[in-house]
Amino acid sequence: MTQRVEVLVGTKKGAFILESDPARRDWQLRGPFCQNWPTHDFIRAADGTLYAGGGNNWYGPSVWRSADNGATWTQSSAGMTYGDGEDAPKITTIWKLADAVSNGTIYAGVEPAGLFRSDDHGATWSHVAGLREHPSRPEWQPGNGGLCLHSIVTHPTDPNRMWVAASAVGTFETSDGGKTWETRNKGVRADFIPGPAPEFGQCVHKLRLHPDQPEWLYQQNHMGVYRSDDGGRQWTEVTDGLPSEFGFPMVIHPHDPRTLYVIPHSGPADGRHMIDGHAAVWRSRDRGDTWQRLSSGLPQENAYIGVLREAMAIDSLDQAGVYFGTSTGQVFGSADEGETWTLMADYLPPIWSVEAAVVD
Amino acid sequence: MATVHLPRSLVTLFTDPPPRHLQLTSTSLADLVDELDQRWPGMRDRLVEAGPRLREHINVFVDGERQRELATPLGDGSVVHVIPAVAGG
Repeated sequence: MTQRVEVLVGTKKGAFILESDPARRDWQLRGPFCQNWPTHDFIRAADGTLYAGGGNNWYGPSVWRSADNGATWTQSSAGMTYGDGEDAPKITTIWKLADAVSNGTIYAGVEPAGLFRSDDHGATWSHVAGLREHPSRPEWQPGNGGLCLHSIVTHPTDPNRMWVAASAVGTFETSDGGKTWETRNKGVRADFIPGPAPEFGQCVHKLRLHPDQPEWLYQQNHMGVYRSDDGGRQWTEVTDGLPSEFGFPMVIHPHDPRTLYVIPHSGPADGRHMIDGHAAVWRSRDRGDTWQRLSSGLPQENAYIGVLREAMAIDSLDQAGVYFGTSTGQVFGSADEGETWTLMADYLPPIWSVEAAVVD
Repeated sequence: MATVHLPRSLVTLFTDPPPRHLQLTSTSLADLVDELDQRWPGMRDRLVEAGPRLREHINVFVDGERQRELATPLGDGSVVHVIPAVAGG
């Protein structure tokens, strides 16, 4: 079977697919799909279906679906509501889509923060109400990017366990399929909140889990990089060695749960872009104990580019490919685990998400 | 019968798209939205948000007058224009 590698790109103005053979040297661009639909996430589910989620300023939030590799699309947000009452919060967009490995369910994280699931390939959605019934919910406050549920981490074998994260609310875990949730923020700094460390309110930017070590969680936070050995019950900061505690995306190596990648940015008051205009990805091979700067092939002068929280991905080939998209429309990729980089695409709309898939 | 004019950006969201111009027997804007939704499932979600009310940036004109209330009555011969708010960017 001939494999191809896809980098799925969600942008402010629709979705695109970059395709290559496994050598990952020459990339062909397809799209735009879902044109003019601001797309926060664009994934290929395990069954091959493409899903794109986002929100349109006129027509609201919706999830697009294509079962024929992008030739035709349908969209639906049926059931994606917090109610029809006068005071019901208005859902503005979808931030994250996740394919539950074990049962084919698709999850959607939305703004204002909440979780929905679809058991019929995105035709209809139901609210996982337990999360917004958490006692902390009346105190949830939006970050600068909104009150967005941006991370959905499903357990690789237990369909009842899942973690979600929202800015600036923190991480939650359920062990009963979403009926009840517990905060998972101990050890994570929230220096922007006066007083002792709060139970919630931490500003997670991206939460990740490796399926081979499902108790090992990692997060890039507004205030540093962290790891957990116990499913998020306790976090340890591993920012030392990075040039900034601030950044948005994070990915974990598909075959090594000790290896992770982040993209440090200048601080929240300093422009939120590549530090000093020198583009670099940072890699740790030891769960964050030490870090290595990777920049060969990336622009090293006047590159004041930014990478948003969903805009980095890693493929599943033996020598993993790493990809990131910028808020100014470039896609950079590495076919050798970050050692060297090339520009894969330019002149795209502002990039909000990058996902990778290996397709047989 | 009311004559309804729909924008291209709306009809192209549907696999079997409605015509840009059609006639419906609706007696109110709410009724019109329901009738459209029955024929093109999901149309209501594109036009109406929690409240329920017309989405903020969807402008609806009835006989040339901008209307915001779903209860706005339609009469025989009413002309309804659904127009997305003009925007830059």
